[in-house]
Amino acid sequence: MAATISKTRQRDKLTSIFIILPSIILVGIFIYGFIGTTIYTSLTDWGKSAGLALNPVKHFIGLGNYKDLFTGFIHSRFRQDVTNTIFYSLFLLAGTLALGLFLAILLDRAVKYEGLFRTIFLYPMSLSFIVTGTIWRWLLSPNGGINLIPTAFGLPKSNFLWISSRTSILTFNWQNLPTILFIPLGLLTLFLTFRNIRKNKMTRGIVYGIITLLLLLYITVLRNIIPPILPFKEKHGLNLATLGIIMAGIWQYSGYTMALYLAGLRGLSESMKEAARLDGANEFQYYWKIAIPNVKPITLSAVIILAHISLKLFDLIYALAGADNINTGHPAINMYLTTFRANQFASGASMAVILFVLAALFIIPYMIHSHRERKY
Amino acid sequence: MKTQNVKRIIFYIFLVLLIGIYLVPMYMALITSLKEPSKINLLTSWSFPAKLNFGSYSRAFKLLKTDVSNSLILAISATVLSSFIGSINGYVFSKNKFRGSEIVFTLLLFGMFIPYQIILIPLFQVLKSIGLYGSLGGLVVAHVIYGIPIVTLLFRNFYDQIPGSIMESGRLDGAGYFGLYTRLILPLSIPGFVVVGIWQFTQIWNEFLWGITLTKPSANPITVGLSQLAGGQAVSWNIPMAGAFLAALPVLLIYIFLGKYFIKGLLSGSVKE
Amino acid sequence: MMKRRKVLFLALIVSLLTAGSGVFANGTQEKAAAPAAAKANVQQVVLDNKTPGGDLEIFSWWAGDEGPALAALIKVFKANYPGVNVINATITGGSGVNAKAVLKTRMLGGSPPDSFQVHAGQELIGTWVIANRMVDLTPLFKEEGWLKVFPKDLLNLIGTKDGIWSVPVNIHRSNVMWYVPANLKKWGVTAPKSWDEFFTTADKLKAQGIIPLALGQAWTVNHLWESVALGVLGADDYDALWKGKLSWTDPKVVNVWKTMDKVLKYTNKDAASLSWQQATDMVVHGQAAFNIMGDWASGYMSTTLKLTPKKDYGWSPSPGTNGTFIFLADSFGLPVGAKNPDATVAWLKTCGSKKGQDAFNPLKGSISARTDSDLSLYNVYSQSAAKDWASNRIVGSLTHGVVANEGFMNDFSSVMEMFMNNRDAQQAANACQAIAIQNGIGK
Repeated sequence: MAATISKTRQRDKLTSIFIILPSIILVGIFIYGFIGTTIYTSLTDWGKSAGLALNPVKHFIGLGNYKDLFTGFIHSRFRQDVTNTIFYSLFLLAGTLALGLFLAILLDRAVKYEGLFRTIFLYPMSLSFIVTGTIWRWLLSPNGGINLIPTAFGLPKSNFLWISSRTSILTFNWQNLPTILFIPLGLLTLFLTFRNIRKNKMTRGIVYGIITLLLLLYITVLRNIIPPILPFKEKHGLNLATLGIIMAGIWQYSGYTMALYLAGLRGLSESMKEAARLDGANEFQYYWKIAIPNVKPITLSAVIILAHISLKLFDLIYALAGADNINTGHPAINMYLTTFRANQFASGASMAVILFVLAALFIIPYMIHSHRERKY
Repeated sequence: MKTQNVKRIIFYIFLVLLIGIYLVPMYMALITSLKEPSKINLLTSWSFPAKLNFGSYSRAFKLLKTDVSNSLILAISATVLSSFIGSINGYVFSKNKFRGSEIVFTLLLFGMFIPYQIILIPLFQVLKSIGLYGSLGGLVVAHVIYGIPIVTLLFRNFYDQIPGSIMESGRLDGAGYFGLYTRLILPLSIPGFVVVGIWQFTQIWNEFLWGITLTKPSANPITVGLSQLAGGQAVSWNIPMAGAFLAALPVLLIYIFLGKYFIKGLLSGSVKE
Repeated sequence: MMKRRKVLFLALIVSLLTAGSGVFANGTQEKAAAPAAAKANVQQVVLDNKTPGGDLEIFSWWAGDEGPALAALIKVFKANYPGVNVINATITGGSGVNAKAVLKTRMLGGSPPDSFQVHAGQELIGTWVIANRMVDLTPLFKEEGWLKVFPKDLLNLIGTKDGIWSVPVNIHRSNVMWYVPANLKKWGVTAPKSWDEFFTTADKLKAQGIIPLALGQAWTVNHLWESVALGVLGADDYDALWKGKLSWTDPKVVNVWKTMDKVLKYTNKDAASLSWQQATDMVVHGQAAFNIMGDWASGYMSTTLKLTPKKDYGWSPSPGTNGTFIFLADSFGLPVGAKNPDATVAWLKTCGSKKGQDAFNPLKGSISARTDSDLSLYNVYSQSAAKDWASNRIVGSLTHGVVANEGFMNDFSSVMEMFMNNRDAQQAANACQAIAIQNGIGK
C-alpha cells in the first residue's frame, strides 16, 4: 500500500513537471533568455552604422554604452529621464497612497450608496493610459480645461504650462551626483558600524567602518581631486511639466489603492474596533494607531505595484505629452526613440537594462520576501 | 443628535464633491465629443454643448473599426488561452506541490514585474524569425506568454482557498490526477475564470507598447488606433474624445457590471489572503 | 540548507540568462568591420511590365491636413492601375516623428510596406541604403527617362555609386517665413530681412502684445534652428558644417546658438503643446505675427483653410536667407522584401510621372521635383518657389533628413531640448561637436 502511494506520488510529480514544463520553457526563453539577450546587446556597438541591415555587424565593447549614458556628452536627456523617473515614482506613490487611504477611511463607515462611490473612485483604473492621456491632454491644455477653473470664481485664468513648462525646481548639478548619493550611504554605513560593534560583531563593524571612512574621504578630499564625471556643469531637477503626468497618474490609480486599503480595513476584526473604542480612542486615534499599522502588508504590495507602474509610464506620457517632450521624459520613451528612431540598438538596450535594474531594486527583495512567506 | 446630522450632511456633501472631481475628465470627454467641431473652443471647454452632435461617434467608429475588431479578436483569444494555461498551472502550484515548485513559482512570478522594454528587441527578432511579426497572431503569442506569471498567480491564490479535504475525499473516491482536476477543480473554478478573464481582457485591451512595436497598421489594436487619432493634434478634438470613449467602453461596461470580480482580480493580484 | 538553495537559485538564473543570450544573440560578429554595403548585395529592380494586381501598402506620415495631396496621387495611380488595391497606411505626426519609429519596427520585423515615404538625402542613404534595405531603381529611371527630367543635384541625393534608391515626388522649401500682410500693416511692421532687423521688429510687436514668432512642438524648433543657422552663417559655412569642414565649436556656430537663444525669447510659451498647424493658426488668427515653417504650411493654408496666397497670407525667405533655398524632398522607394514589387514599380512610375506630380504638389504646397512641370497648375506661392528653386543657391535641410543621418538628427533633438532648458550656447555647440563625431558627420 505504502509503495503504491509513493509510486503515485512519484508519477504525480512527473505529471506536474510535465504540465508546467511548457510554461517554464516559454518563460525561460521569453523572459530570462530575452533579458540575457538584451544585456548582451547593451554591451555591443550594434547600431553605429548599418544597424538596420539584415545581419548587422556587432562588436563587443563592454560597458561603453553605460558609461556614455551617465557621463557622456550627449545623454543629458537620459540623465534627466532618470531624474524624472525618481520623481514620478515618489510622487505617484505618495499621492496614490495618501489619497487612496483617505478615500478608504471615508468609505469605511456606514456610507449610503457605498457601491456607487466606490465605483466612481475606481473607474479610472479600468481605462488604458492611452485613453487617460488623450483626455487629460485636453484638460491640461494651456488655455483651457483646468487652467480655466479659477475663472469660475471670478479669478483670472491660470497660466501654468502643465506639460510644456520648462521650469525646474530642486535642481542639482550632475557632477555632484556621487557626493549626493554618498552622503546618505555614508550615514547608513556609519549606523551599521555602530550597530554591529554594539552587537559584538567586530569584523562586520570594522568593514562598515572602513567603508564609511572611504566615503568620507571621497566627500571631503577626493571629490576635489578626481576629475568630475562630467566635464561641464549640468543641472537636473524636478521638472514642473511632470506634474500634469503625475496628476493624471494619481487620478487613475488612487481608486486602486483605495480598494486595497478598504479591503484591508474591512478585514480588521470588529473586536479590534470595539476594543479601541472601549479604550477611549477616538476615530482619528483608531486609524492612526491601530488601523494603519495593521494594513502595512497592503501598503507594501501597493508600493511594489505602483513603483513598477511608474516605470511603465510609457503609454501615459506618449499619449499625454508626446514622445518628443523632453521635460516629461522617461527612460522607457527614450529607449523606444533611441532604438527605433535613431537605430542605436545597443544604446537603447542599455537604457532598457537600467530601467530593468531600477525595477529589480524594488522587485527582487519583494519576490524573496513573498517567496519566504509562502514557504513558512 | 442634531450636530450628528449636520456632520453627516457635510460629510456627504464632501463625498459628492470628491466624486465630482473624479468625474471631471469623463465629463470633459463627453461634452467635447458631443460638440460640433466648429463649436469647440478652449475658452468654452467646460460648457455643455448647445446642440448635441452624435456625428463624432459614427466618424470615430468608422476610423477605428478595424482596430476595434482587432482588439476584440486579440483580447478574447489571448484571454481564453491564457486562462486555461493559468488554471492548469495554478492547479499544479497549489494542489500538487513538489520539491522546488516554490522556487519555480517565484521565478515565474518575476516576469510579472519587469518593464517590457527589456525584452522588446529580442521579442521582436523572435516573432520575426517565426513569421509572426506584424500580425495579430504575434500579439496573441506575446500576451499569452507574458500573461503566464499573473494568471498562474491568480489561479494559485484561488485554488489555495479550496480546502485540501475536498481533494482528499476525491482521491478516496478513486479520482486520479486529471480526474481531480476535471471533476473537482474545474467546476469550482468558474469564479476564478471570471476574475482572470476580466483581468486579462482589460490588460490586453489596454496594452499599447507591443501594439505599436509589433503590428502592422492592419493589425493595430485600439490603443494604437486611438493614439493615431489623437496624435495628429488635430484641431477638431471631438473625434479623439469620441474615440477615447469607444476605446474605454468595453472595459467600462465590464467594470460597471462585473465590478465585483474586477476588484477581486485587482486585490488577489497583490494582496495575499 | 538555506545557503545551498540560494546558490541553486542564483545558478539557475545565471544559466538561464547565458543560455538565452547564447541562443538569441543573432547577428554576425565579425572581427573586422565589413564595408557596410558590399556591391555584390545590391538588388536591382526587375521591370517585367506585368499588369500589377493585389494589395499595395503605401506608408507615409501624410495624414490629416496633408492627406488630400496623397489622395490625389493615389487617384492618379488607381486610374492607371485599377487592379491594385491601395492600402494607405499613415502615421500622424509632422516631419514623420512618429512614423519613422513605426517604420523601423516594420522593416526590422521583416514585414516592410510595399513602398514608404522617406526624405531624400542622408535619411534615405544613411539609414536604409547602407543597411542594404533598398532596391536599386536605376533601370526604372532609365526606362522612364527620369535621368533627364530630375535635377542633377537631386539625383545625387537619392543615389550613390551603387545605384539610385528612390523616386522623389516633390520639393519643399524649409526657410520660409509666413505672415498675414494686412496684420503686419495694422501693427506697423514689415517682414524683417535679417535677424537684427527681426529683433527690432519683434520688440515693436511685443510692445503691442503680439507674439512675434509662433512656434510649435519639438521638431518645429529644430526646423527654426536651420533657418537661424543659415541666416547667421550664410550658405557657404552652412554647407561646410555638414561636410565636416567647419567645426561645431567655431565661434561662428556658437553665435548661431546665441542668436537662437535671442529668437526663442520672442516665441509663445505654450509651444511644446502645439502642432505645426496650430502654430500656423496663431499667425492666421492674428495672435502671432510670423511663423517659420516649410511650405507645407502654404498647402495647409490654401487647401485646408481655403485662404488665398498673397492676399490672405504672405511669405518671404526667413531672415538673412534671401537668395538661398533650404530644400527637402519626399520620395518613395522599393524596400527589399516588399511583397508586391510589380505594384510598387507601378506606384513609383506614378510618383515620378508628370501627371502624378502635378496632381500631388499643388495640393501639398510643394513644387514638382521634375524640371518640366506645368506651372500654370500651381498657385502664386508655388510659382514663386519654383522660380527660386531654379535661381537660388540650394542647401539641404537638417530637420528633414537631407544633410545628416537619423542618428545625428535624433541626438540633435536631445541637444536642442537641453539647450531650450539651459540656454547655454557654448555647451550646445560642444555637444553638437560630440554627436557630429559620433554619427560620422562629414565623413
